Amino acid sequence: MVLVFAESQNGGLKKAAFEAATYGAKAAAQLGVECVALTLGTAENSSDLGQYGCTKVYNVSVASLNDFDSQVFAKVIAAAADKLGANLVVLSHSSIGKGLLGRLAVRMDAASVAGANSLPSADFTVSKSVFSGKASADFSLNADRKVISVMGNSIKPEANAAAVAVESLDIEVPASRLKVLEVSRQTGVTPLPEAEIVVSAGRGMKGPENWGIIEELAGTLGATTACSRPVADSDWRPHHEHVGQTGIAIRPNLYFAIGISGAIQHLAGVNNSKVIVVINKDPEAPFFKAADYGIVGDLFDVVPKLNEALKGAMAS
Amino acid sequence: MKLLVCISKTPETTSAIKFTDGGKALDTDGLKYIMNPYDEWYALVRALELKEAAGGTVTVVNVGPADNDTVIRKALAIGADDATRINAEPTSALATAKMIAEFAKDQNFDAIFCGKETIDYNSAEVPAMLAELLGLPYIPLAKGMEVDGNSAKVVRDIEGGSETVQLDFPFVLSASKGLAEQRIPNMRGIMMAKRKALNVVDPAGVADNAVISNYELPSEKQGVKLVDADNIEELVRLLKEEAKVI
Repeated sequence: MVLVFAESQNGGLKKAAFEAATYGAKAAAQLGVECVALTLGTAENSSDLGQYGCTKVYNVSVASLNDFDSQVFAKVIAAAADKLGANLVVLSHSSIGKGLLGRLAVRMDAASVAGANSLPSADFTVSKSVFSGKASADFSLNADRKVISVMGNSIKPEANAAAVAVESLDIEVPASRLKVLEVSRQTGVTPLPEAEIVVSAGRGMKGPENWGIIEELAGTLGATTACSRPVADSDWRPHHEHVGQTGIAIRPNLYFAIGISGAIQHLAGVNNSKVIVVINKDPEAPFFKAADYGIVGDLFDVVPKLNEALKGAMAS
Repeated sequence: MKLLVCISKTPETTSAIKFTDGGKALDTDGLKYIMNPYDEWYALVRALELKEAAGGTVTVVNVGPADNDTVIRKALAIGADDATRINAEPTSALATAKMIAEFAKDQNFDAIFCGKETIDYNSAEVPAMLAELLGLPYIPLAKGMEVDGNSAKVVRDIEGGSETVQLDFPFVLSASKGLAEQRIPNMRGIMMAKRKALNVVDPAGVADNAVISNYELPSEKQGVKLVDADNIEELVRLLKEEAKVI
């Protein structure tokens, strides 16, 4: 059996949960076994996981599970895998999954791979991006039990089945040794790792006061805004917008790089994007070599015009 | 405070990555190595700051062959007190974590710091495995930390924001950008590092269960399609009809 751990936040499932469910359901179909899902704490729309191919959805309804503690979560998920007889556990490669995957692998005596971007092959080889996006590697998982975390935006959630009723799963939840004091999160914006379109800007913007055109473009596209390291380091933009080697790595369908030269450290965080559009006044900017489409021009002229053109196109 | 920092050796950030043996192995010919930046810039420096504020020791541990001593000496030059190299090729996250756990288990470290991931395999698994093997709490992706007596407040990165948690020592933490500021070793540090202890220990045999069977380089980009700045509609058309991403 395949067990998908479906992450929730603020009482609802995350997009990553549906990606993990789709991955789990497809892996289960290949293996000829059942795929079930597990949610922890409050997860209002848990039954929707059925639409993505999970034949059963279990919930451990204990309020303390609304706060993430890797030690507690690993114990509960491993206990659920034991109870249900799951040999493959699927997670999301998220800020939660990164805390959990290694712990679960040890606890379940399982072979693991982090940030998978392919389904397992017949001999349980799974591919993932390595060397900060410069290459990919196939990991052979040689153990009876396996734990895989799925890279965001590497599988498209597919809802083609019916929702299922959520069953309560009785598992003892140990006391947590940590206390979550505060969670601060932007509201109303898709977080960068989940965003399908990202509009990112760099030093070419000249100053934080000029970001209006970037936000307008992002608004038109329903995109999330991002920035390069110098921009975050100068506090022109918040640090959680920083993509690149030391920031976060993303793989959206469409990445706009505006006024960013394209240093290798920046590319390391975005080179898995499916389509890259570069707007830069310097035709020699290294980013053009990594781009699919480019415009050589003054961003203060190009971006507003692009926004107007897109408004028409998105409406039609 | 008695602190342990786990350091890894990785190819230098800007290195070109190539493979040999039909994609079975990394081509190390001409490859330059560095200390994994998250380990060096953030995990190690924050540990040193804690020691400077409250006293104690900072030990670094690395799993690797004798070649790794250069990177370990750098950690000592930046300010670590002593180092241990576990003399084995780090072939998987699990093997690495088990060897470090074996080294650390009876030493009563107050905290164990790792980088949030290595820039070669990007897995973020070793600190989580280590925490589970040692039965400790684990805070991934820490970008801020304040100590208050026997407990710490740690701020960590989450999607689109941050989370603040409080917990008692001991624990394992993985460091992301913001936890500390990079330090450059000075001449005095480099000289002193030569006299600091770099112990080499042999590991107990550890089996791998997840190993790399093949590498691949991404297919080359087709080359950029340039659109004239006066013909923006063409870019919109390409995104819609050719790339089909809007």
